[in-house]
Amino acid sequence: MPGRQLIMSFPVTATSHTLPEYRARGGYGALAKALGQMKPQDVVKEVTASGLQGRGGAAFSVGRKWQVVQHDDGQPHYLIANADEGEPGTFKDRWILENNPHALLESMLISSYALNVRHCFVYIRGEFDLPYRRLAGAVEEAYEAGLFGRNILGSDFACDIVVYRGAGAYVAGEASGLLSSLEGKKGYPRNRPPRLTVKGLYQRPTVVNNVESLSNIAWIISNGAEAFKAVGTPKSPGTRLFSVSGHVNRPGVYEVELGYPWMKFLDEDCGGVRHGRAIKCVVPGGVSSKVLTGADIANLKLSHEDLWDAGSTLGSGGMIVIAEGTCMVALLQVLMRFYHHESCGQCTPCRQGMGWLHRIVDRIVAGDGRADDIERLYYISKFNDGTTICGLGDAAGYACSGILDKFRDEFEYYIEHKRSKFGGNLECLRSS
Amino acid sequence: MKHLIPEFEKLRERFPAGFESSLVLPCLRRIQQDRGYVANSDIEELAAYLGVPQIQIEEVLSFYTQFRRKPIGRWHLQFCHNISCSMNGAENILAHVERKLGIQPGQTTPDGRYTLSTVECLGSCGTAPMMMVNDGYHENLTLTKLDELLEELE
Repeated sequence: MPGRQLIMSFPVTATSHTLPEYRARGGYGALAKALGQMKPQDVVKEVTASGLQGRGGAAFSVGRKWQVVQHDDGQPHYLIANADEGEPGTFKDRWILENNPHALLESMLISSYALNVRHCFVYIRGEFDLPYRRLAGAVEEAYEAGLFGRNILGSDFACDIVVYRGAGAYVAGEASGLLSSLEGKKGYPRNRPPRLTVKGLYQRPTVVNNVESLSNIAWIISNGAEAFKAVGTPKSPGTRLFSVSGHVNRPGVYEVELGYPWMKFLDEDCGGVRHGRAIKCVVPGGVSSKVLTGADIANLKLSHEDLWDAGSTLGSGGMIVIAEGTCMVALLQVLMRFYHHESCGQCTPCRQGMGWLHRIVDRIVAGDGRADDIERLYYISKFNDGTTICGLGDAAGYACSGILDKFRDEFEYYIEHKRSKFGGNLECLRSS
Repeated sequence: MKHLIPEFEKLRERFPAGFESSLVLPCLRRIQQDRGYVANSDIEELAAYLGVPQIQIEEVLSFYTQFRRKPIGRWHLQFCHNISCSMNGAENILAHVERKLGIQPGQTTPDGRYTLSTVECLGSCGTAPMMMVNDGYHENLTLTKLDELLEELE
């Protein structure tokens, strides 16, 4: 096991997601503690002191985001759990929703108490069926037990929750796009400032946190900020759920204590690369994070600081392992098709740029690549960066330039010879 | 749509006051579940019921991939062909199903039994390749598993 476990700390059974079993694990004790012994401001302080960083991709301090919300400003406040998990390679929030939904709900109750929120929401992607049913079932259980509604646990704290289903849009996972969607509109992201914590859902102060970020709150309140900081590294406290896929022997969701050696995790926990192949590269945290080669990661630890130093990020925790022998041109083609498909069309650089990137990679794959296409891909990647409302165009640029930086020779080979250096292979087959 | 209004009223109670616009997505989802797609009359009636502009509903319907304006086959096969699924043989599986059903993504078999689509990441990368059949996930697909499943879908 890769270090200590805070969220996946129990064996999964057919009933381990239910309220009685969550309670048997000590569940809703943190809520009782918060309501009984702590002022809302104390909860915010504790979460800030824990150093918890967002688990959706940006790794921004949860406490600092919360501190922007003024407790008694006379406005309604909203809290939203972002369960629109759609970053390719990422499926860790799904684990929480399916297997530990009450950890999320308890944490949302505590957070709502801290932020003076009367109504909170879970925005869950529309395709998630079992995760939705598990979560909706947990909400019903919690209402029946008096954990939502009025006078929660005999206090004067009241809170209601709505589980809101998306309808298929990657960009609605971006916090402001999510709010547009939750307002019943197309999921267009919004310009900041104002920050969402100032003017968010229906122009009211709104905190949007990732499912995994929130799910740590109950543990932090139960055990204290100091205990949380004792897990992980000084700059990356706690654990992260990594969803591992691609050419590994044991794909799946793993909770890893931050600071754990990366290769040890891949070799021992994930069973290494299929057919004993070497690692060509790894997408560390969803396809929007820059790829790192096998040599790059050899001595890295899984922590935010190590990844930042290496020029990438832990992102969303969606780790994709790519074996030696894989064609990176074909891989980039899949990614560019994806970003092109998901660009919402609001900002010109992204609306046009995603199509250009996609079509240029398409023509390289078709054997019609031009000598200056690599520079053209770099140019488009660069001009997207920072010129659009949300990060989708930036991310596509990072993904594209990240692959070109490391594997430029494959693109040159493809353009010159009109064929892939690796037979166009995306699969890790035994023979090749 | 009108027969669904009692259900929509219950839904409305769960939201804070003034959140009528937020009901657009859940109501459309329910309408589509009921009719199989969203008709023009649904748009007019829902706009009137919620007090939102019709154009907002039209925008929502065209923006989100899960909504449709036309009927489709009884079984909607949606194959993920994003990165992890492609790295685990999604293209092979898709080619097999195209041959077997004689249709391309975006098409429906003449008997109205299957509609085929390709989709982007559905968060099932650790159990790739995968497809969605109507609402359910089918993971770790193989050609054999796929053939068996297609037999079961009447």
